[in-house]
Amino acid sequence: MCIIANPQELKKRHVELAAKQERFPKKVIVCCGTGCLANGARAIVDAFHAHLAEKNIKDFTVEAVKETGCHGFCEQGPLVVIEPQGTFYTRVKPKDVAAIVDKTIANGEILSPLLYKDPVTEHRIERYHDVNFFAHQSRIALRNLGKIAANDIREYIAVEGYQALAKVLTTMTPDTVIDEIIKSGLRGRGGGGFPAGKKWRTCKSVQSDIHYVICNGDEGDPGAFMDRSIMEGDPHSVLEGMMICAFAIGAKQGYIYVRDEYPLAVVHLQKAIDECEANGLLGDNILGTDFSFRIRINRGAGAFVCGESSALMRSVAGEVGEPRAKYIRSVVKGLHDQPTVLNNVETFANVPIIMLKGADWFTSIGCKNNSGTKAFSLVGKVRNTGLIEVAMGTTLRTIIYEIGGGILENRPFKAVQTGGPSGGCLPESMLDLPVDFDSLTKNGSMMGSGGMIVMDDKTCMVDVARYFLSFLVSESCGKCVPCREGLYQLHELTIKICNGEGTEEDLVRMEKLSESIIVGSLCGLGKSGPNPFLSTIRYFRDEYLAHIREKRCPAGVCKSLITYTVLEDKCTGCVACITACAYNAITGEKKKPHFIHQDKCEKCGACVAVCKFDAIEVK
Amino acid sequence: MSMKTVTITVNGKLVRATEGEYLLKVLRREGIDVPALCQHDAVEPYGGCRVCMVEITKAEWNGWSDMVTSCLYPVADGLIVQTHSNQVIELRKTIIDLMLARNPHTPLIQQLAADYGINSTSFQPVPEPNDCILCGICTRICDTMGFHAISTVNRGHGREIAPPLGEAPESCVGCLACALNCPTNYIKFTDSGKTRTIWKKQFEMVTDKRTGAPTITREFAEYLIAHRNIPADYFDLNDESHRKETATNMGAIAAWSREDLK
Ligand SMILES: Cc1cc2nc3c(=O)[nH]c(=O)nc-3n(C[C@H](O)[C@H](O)[C@H](O)COP(=O)(O)O)c2cc1C
Ligand code: SF4
Ligand code: SF4
Ligand code: SF4
Ligand code: SF4
Ligand code: SF4
Ligand code: FES
Ligand code: FES
Repeated sequence: MCIIANPQELKKRHVELAAKQERFPKKVIVCCGTGCLANGARAIVDAFHAHLAEKNIKDFTVEAVKETGCHGFCEQGPLVVIEPQGTFYTRVKPKDVAAIVDKTIANGEILSPLLYKDPVTEHRIERYHDVNFFAHQSRIALRNLGKIAANDIREYIAVEGYQALAKVLTTMTPDTVIDEIIKSGLRGRGGGGFPAGKKWRTCKSVQSDIHYVICNGDEGDPGAFMDRSIMEGDPHSVLEGMMICAFAIGAKQGYIYVRDEYPLAVVHLQKAIDECEANGLLGDNILGTDFSFRIRINRGAGAFVCGESSALMRSVAGEVGEPRAKYIRSVVKGLHDQPTVLNNVETFANVPIIMLKGADWFTSIGCKNNSGTKAFSLVGKVRNTGLIEVAMGTTLRTIIYEIGGGILENRPFKAVQTGGPSGGCLPESMLDLPVDFDSLTKNGSMMGSGGMIVMDDKTCMVDVARYFLSFLVSESCGKCVPCREGLYQLHELTIKICNGEGTEEDLVRMEKLSESIIVGSLCGLGKSGPNPFLSTIRYFRDEYLAHIREKRCPAGVCKSLITYTVLEDKCTGCVACITACAYNAITGEKKKPHFIHQDKCEKCGACVAVCKFDAIEVK
Repeated sequence: MSMKTVTITVNGKLVRATEGEYLLKVLRREGIDVPALCQHDAVEPYGGCRVCMVEITKAEWNGWSDMVTSCLYPVADGLIVQTHSNQVIELRKTIIDLMLARNPHTPLIQQLAADYGINSTSFQPVPEPNDCILCGICTRICDTMGFHAISTVNRGHGREIAPPLGEAPESCVGCLACALNCPTNYIKFTDSGKTRTIWKKQFEMVTDKRTGAPTITREFAEYLIAHRNIPADYFDLNDESHRKETATNMGAIAAWSREDLK
């Protein structure tokens, strides 16, 4: 590798690399994202190397094997895709590799047992793009994930990588770059949805010798992994986005703040940075221009609140990662008191392609004031879970029933929680809501960084509020009173209701307390902290009232309010439940109805799980 | 900082202030009673207790208003401030109510609660209350002086003030600035004979040349002589009031020496 001296040379390299890719369209794509690696993808790569070397199949050399980033469908992993026909194999084991090489690769035969089975139609699907999970997505930020090898800059250059940077450096000024980003309507993907271009413009306008760019890769929401996947699977798109931002605001130094639990992301980002430095894409006089920029990685401290902008900047500066109250915004006085742009990983990943294809292209996707797409991590009681990206304005119904394949076991849908721990829950009547920043906020939830948890009728919404509040109580940094004490008390009150000890006055008190927490808290954690309560009381008040007035948990979840009893007419006396009960709470003779002793029952549910005759009732 | 004079409106009255100075300072100067539990002149504002919040607006905000902590809000021309509007009072009461649940026996909080007409907390009092109100004055003073001997530990509701690992802090010089500035006297220390104990650490005292009475700890004296150009005879004073004054002034001393170090 050597320095790419100028944009023309970069273009030449792209043309060469892309031509090479075209000459060798045959590929074995093995997903090597964190999920698939955990399920044994490394052994599969090794097995492909061994078998391909041995078999010597035309155009399918060892080099055809590509280790890509996450496809988002980790639960079906390890994934293997055979290109160019796009044959899609799921849950591949090392022992399957010989057959894949001999049959599919050598003879084009399809190995049906390895194909994905559509959970609704039960049909085996042959091709990647025919899988419903992928077919309804539009991928912009995740455009290269699962397509290119994550840790090779040549792969990125082959797919027009750094062409946006070259275009910006040679044909644009900082102002025209910012104009384009403003025109594209790109809003921050990390939570608040603040217009990125506006942030850049303000930062640029602050007179200072030093400006900073920071990329927020803290991703603290439990279960969310959009940013991780991008950093692992397509690190160069993040770097390129940061470089374009640096050019626009006049920054010479950038930082990527990566959460400590993401070791692979750190390795791939560092490799990408090293490759850029070796190729003259980072450092002094990038591509022979007078633009100079460097990027350093910071490892996060691991607390949820470190993702908050002021806490993150303190952490980058080597101080305690705690939010700081400031009435001067960080675009004016941020890291080391210098003007700083902080954007999310996904926000930056969108930037290069916007600069290449133009703002008009970007605004043609999505909906009004919400252009482009958004990545979500879809989890919970849906058949297909994983990382997805859809055009803004896609309805919850499409996401849950088309991409997600509907609710597990065909149970009724009850609610979807969006926006991470401090987001909100939306009920069935909202299924046709277009998913965008404004619609979610207007209806009491939020976009957050894109968590989406689907819940079925067996979910108790009071218990859900209690659960998310307990997360927030333990993640509150404890600096300010409304959040530290207020969320604690709000959580205590939800426990009281779950225990059947709540009153209607408690609800009034909780609503008032929530208001004070929102107004009084120092940072976004406290300010959005009451959301789990506020959104559930808004849409599921009846369920709260059932706990309070009737001492009943309609979903059968809150232990204090439910009892397990054997239905005598259904019980066959099979004794399965006696063995399952760890608390010796069940007695009964063979072939006679059994009996649950309420004084001993710990309400663990083990008996229900083993009873094949639906003979145990939970009420 | 600019020294531009600006005019703001506080509770309907026109008030002159310096642009950029903290609003709470202006309110105090005007004799307006706004509670403030985590503010201390020797250290930077913190924004932790939130009882100093006031409502602000400006003519050009078209009726929109905001709630801000006055202790760290920089004053600008045309600011219109309400220190006791309904919204402010309601919020302050909830916060005090919450604090009373955490510190039910602490006189400072009891008094503030009484001022706002709260007799007992409407929330669930914590199981084992103490007198620490987590204002962070102690840690900030210690940090400002450059010792960094104590800090907050644990997140959220379990937050506490403690030395690292709960052991006698190596960098503590026994200056007492933390203890003497603690608004609730929660930090305990003992001076007995020529020994001082604070944070489980024992110190030997320097003695007054004339009377032989203990003055300050040897570590603190050495530090001041070495790093702060304080003449040795400064330590001859030994009575309680002087010590408190010294402790309070340490913040200011630290501030100018920090400037020097730049
Ligand atoms: C408690 C808290 C946690 C946050 N965590 C994250 C995070 O993990 N990742 C992120 O990008 N933004 C997070 N944010 C939002 C950031 O403060 C900031 O708004 C964002 O990174 C700005 O980038 P964007 O405009 O591109 O979204 C968090 C905010 C709060 C209040
Ligand atoms: S709102 Fe919560 S997380 Fe934020 S500073 Fe206050 S206590 Fe810490
Ligand atoms: S719920 Fe658990 S404890 Fe109760 S009877 Fe069933 S198995 Fe036993
Ligand atoms: S498992 Fe069900 S059917 Fe069998 S004994 Fe228990 S309750 Fe009866
Ligand atoms: S010990 Fe005293 S000064 Fe320190 S935080 Fe607690 S109350 Fe404040
Ligand atoms: S005695 Fe002084 S050095 Fe020790 S903890 Fe208190 S303020 Fe810090
Ligand atoms: S890691 Fe392979 S699909 Fe996510
Ligand atoms: S004095 Fe202002 S927040 Fe505590």
